[in-house]
Amino acid sequence: MCTTCGCGQGETKINGGTVHTHEHGHTHKHGHTHEHGHSHAHASGLSQSRMVQIETDIMAKNDEYAHANRHYFNDRGILALNLVSSPGSGKTTLLTTTIDGLKNELDMTVIEGDQQTANDANRIRETGARAVQVNTGKGCHLDGHMIGHALETLAPKPASVVFIENVGNLVCPAGFDLGEAHKVAILSVTEGEDKPIKYPDMFHASDLMLLNKIDLLPYLNFDVEKCIEYARRVNPKIKVLQVSATSGEGMESWYQWLRATRQISLINQV
Amino acid sequence: MHEMALTEGILLVLQDQAKAQNYKRVKTVWLEIGELSHVDPDAIRFCFEAVTRDTIADGAVLEIDRLPGMAWCHHCTQAVNISKLADPCPICDGYQLQVTNGQDMRIRELEVD
Repeated sequence: MCTTCGCGQGETKINGGTVHTHEHGHTHKHGHTHEHGHSHAHASGLSQSRMVQIETDIMAKNDEYAHANRHYFNDRGILALNLVSSPGSGKTTLLTTTIDGLKNELDMTVIEGDQQTANDANRIRETGARAVQVNTGKGCHLDGHMIGHALETLAPKPASVVFIENVGNLVCPAGFDLGEAHKVAILSVTEGEDKPIKYPDMFHASDLMLLNKIDLLPYLNFDVEKCIEYARRVNPKIKVLQVSATSGEGMESWYQWLRATRQISLINQV
Repeated sequence: MHEMALTEGILLVLQDQAKAQNYKRVKTVWLEIGELSHVDPDAIRFCFEAVTRDTIADGAVLEIDRLPGMAWCHHCTQAVNISKLADPCPICDGYQLQVTNGQDMRIRELEVD
């Protein structure tokens, strides 16, 4: 286990390379001998069992990293957004369209999270924006530690916007603060309107829901009003915007939200 | 399954505390997991056994207390119990709820040698 930053994520790779070089000596050659013949016996009369109160939050380690990332963003007036959704909701297309639409007014970079491949980072780079690919290996979510290392490579400019595209998964990323200003949930209308109540943690944790692929609504039995009602059941304060990253419909309202939210980040800069 | 990552985090805390609190073995771990937190206690139990094998907590008993979920109902203007995030207010059946308790996940105490 790395003592510098607690790094034990042996499978995580950033732009194809290992997270960093401290040689954590996890040789793991313990052959599970299990010959301990109930060594409790040795303790008769000498047992020094005692209670230790520790009152430690299970997320404390992640939250420390997230806190450091948040400081990094705040110090530089950077708006960081954590984009969460199921696989196939159209996150990457939403990002490439957004970058194309706003590249003359905003500096935008992307941290791409996927278990494998650099395909999504490559798609982002085709727009001209810089991107860092984090491969989580078997990991089902990005965590604060991975983002800290990704920022070392990405080095976003002050007053820029960093999009963090999380691993496609509506469950696990909900609980991991990355230091972002907001989680943005993307739900495509091909998925079924009851996703917000099937996966309430994610919609509870998000401040904005982008209802994507609305150009397909004429071909589907998707009840938009019902979907928004479900989202507000688990999060009465969630904002909802309806967009299509391919037709461009509704994208201007998302851009306005981005501009306004970025202004707030600049005001909050410490 | 993010419970694996969380359980590895629990083990890290046990190992860190071993130095600070001067113990060599963990016999029992008491966790508090809120009803509205994002983890499944059974998954934590499953992962705990796997993650702690051949560590200072090998064979340790895991006790999990569930903390009740509570929310403030803006319609009823009072605190109410809910056990899931998508639950309505038990009084007015509405959803104008702001969660106040039950999202925490903590390691409360340990029995150690």
